[in-house]
Amino acid sequence: MPNDKRVAVLGGGMHPWGKWGRNFVEYGLAAAGDALREADMAWTDVQYVAGADTIRNGYPGFVAGATFAQALGWTGARVSSAYAACASGAQAINNARAQILAGLCDVALVIGADTTPKGFFTPVGGDRKDDPDWLRFHLMGATNPTYFALYARRRMELFGATEEDFAAVKVKNARHGLENPYARYRKEVTAEEVLSSPMVADPLRLLEICATSDGGAALVLCSMEWAKRHVGTGDLVTIDAVSTVTPRFPQAIIEMPNFSTDSSATSASVGPTFKQSVALAAYEEAGIGPEDISLAEVYDLSSALELDWYEDIGLCKQGEAERMLRDGDTTLGGRVPVNASGGLSCFGEAIPAQAIAQVCELVWQLRGQATGRQVEGARVGITANQGLFGHGSSVIVSR
Amino acid sequence: MTAKTRVPAIEGWFTLDEQAPTLLGSKCTSCGNFAFPKETFFCRNPECQGKEFTETPLSRTGKVWSYTDACYQPPKPYEAADPYVPFALAAVELTAEQMVVMGQVVPGVGVGDLAVGTEVELVLDTLYEDDEHEYMVWKWCPTGAPSGQGG
Repeated sequence: MPNDKRVAVLGGGMHPWGKWGRNFVEYGLAAAGDALREADMAWTDVQYVAGADTIRNGYPGFVAGATFAQALGWTGARVSSAYAACASGAQAINNARAQILAGLCDVALVIGADTTPKGFFTPVGGDRKDDPDWLRFHLMGATNPTYFALYARRRMELFGATEEDFAAVKVKNARHGLENPYARYRKEVTAEEVLSSPMVADPLRLLEICATSDGGAALVLCSMEWAKRHVGTGDLVTIDAVSTVTPRFPQAIIEMPNFSTDSSATSASVGPTFKQSVALAAYEEAGIGPEDISLAEVYDLSSALELDWYEDIGLCKQGEAERMLRDGDTTLGGRVPVNASGGLSCFGEAIPAQAIAQVCELVWQLRGQATGRQVEGARVGITANQGLFGHGSSVIVSR
Repeated sequence: MTAKTRVPAIEGWFTLDEQAPTLLGSKCTSCGNFAFPKETFFCRNPECQGKEFTETPLSRTGKVWSYTDACYQPPKPYEAADPYVPFALAAVELTAEQMVVMGQVVPGVGVGDLAVGTEVELVLDTLYEDDEHEYMVWKWCPTGAPSGQGG
């Protein structure tokens, strides 16, 4: 296939999410070790290392690819390090994929890991009046949940979402993650517990907002040619698309860390929203549509945001996400389970690892290895994520 | 005891007019695109090559696009009062500029007083203070009925 843009996934690995307080490199190496074992390969076989950066762990975090490579032992492998907020992991996957598709390497290792402080994510320190991320905290006290809550309230007004719907997403995801050995929170919660947890940013409550976590995830990727020669093509899991598109002007929806949207006064805002375009580009690249999807891992930074994603990745029309949820379509056993892993709800966010972890979950699901949370007969999965400063990603994985 | 000097918490983002303050945006001299905060280098309209901008006061009133509050004290660099007093925030649609601008909502107005569509106007309020200065910032204040059933 001359236009084959697929790469094969040979192995995935994760370090359990938690609040371990150890060096992020340790989590990355544990994940990489598992991914290499699953691929039945040695570190010395890897030709290219793609690191996903963390901005909370000093210089080693900014050059994560090299940090992991040195920790694994210098081999001369080529390296990159990518930062793209929540989409960092997908950018690292895409860097590895591009190298492979360009024929510059056959085998690549993708790694992302983070160690996080307690509480709200905060901007980089100093007195930085030219940095909108610093300024939004300073001038407005606007945290990440502030923005999640603006979207949640909007959903309630436009589509009649209720606090009970948001709680139901949390209840579903908590149940999904019960058996996931990598999840940080593995405990069932009731709607009553969610709705009696403290309000953080009205209408979002503590149990509906994802925590910040430590964690690490890794993938071993290779070219289709290399896979054919070494492992055969019979049962390959492949990455069929990686979308990392940016928004289009004028962006009419307020996004972190901005104070305002673009103005639509001189150019009308037409076409898909940014989050819709992230998934559309992935579908276009893979040559499939939402009707082909068996399961989805989406970025539930808040329980309400998961509902937005149902629509943005095309699982239903705008305004129908609540019905999908209430009908059980997105619950394990339903038409198209969403966040079978337990999602960010059960993991919390380990930023550079998260988009890689989403792909690990799809790989294991497609292979039928997702014990206790298996989506039966899964053939095609999609991830979706969004970060600040105009970043987003969507990855399509199939078997 | 003399009153503290009122200074903006950030230079050049809004006027210090106590009666009718405005946010100060930019307008591209080539395509007319509005931006807040002000654009200074290059127009963000991808079809435009504009590099010159005029400072332009933005509409003082708008309608709430969405709203929330901060029940927990935001971390630094937010300068919170001690003890912390929760506040509401709103994202407000400006009709003429066709853009949404965020800001805190004035003290005493909570989420229960707001709705999507509530009409609000721009006011100045103290963000924090030190021994000599009151650092001022823009906030949104409902113009309609106290019940907040605007729009």
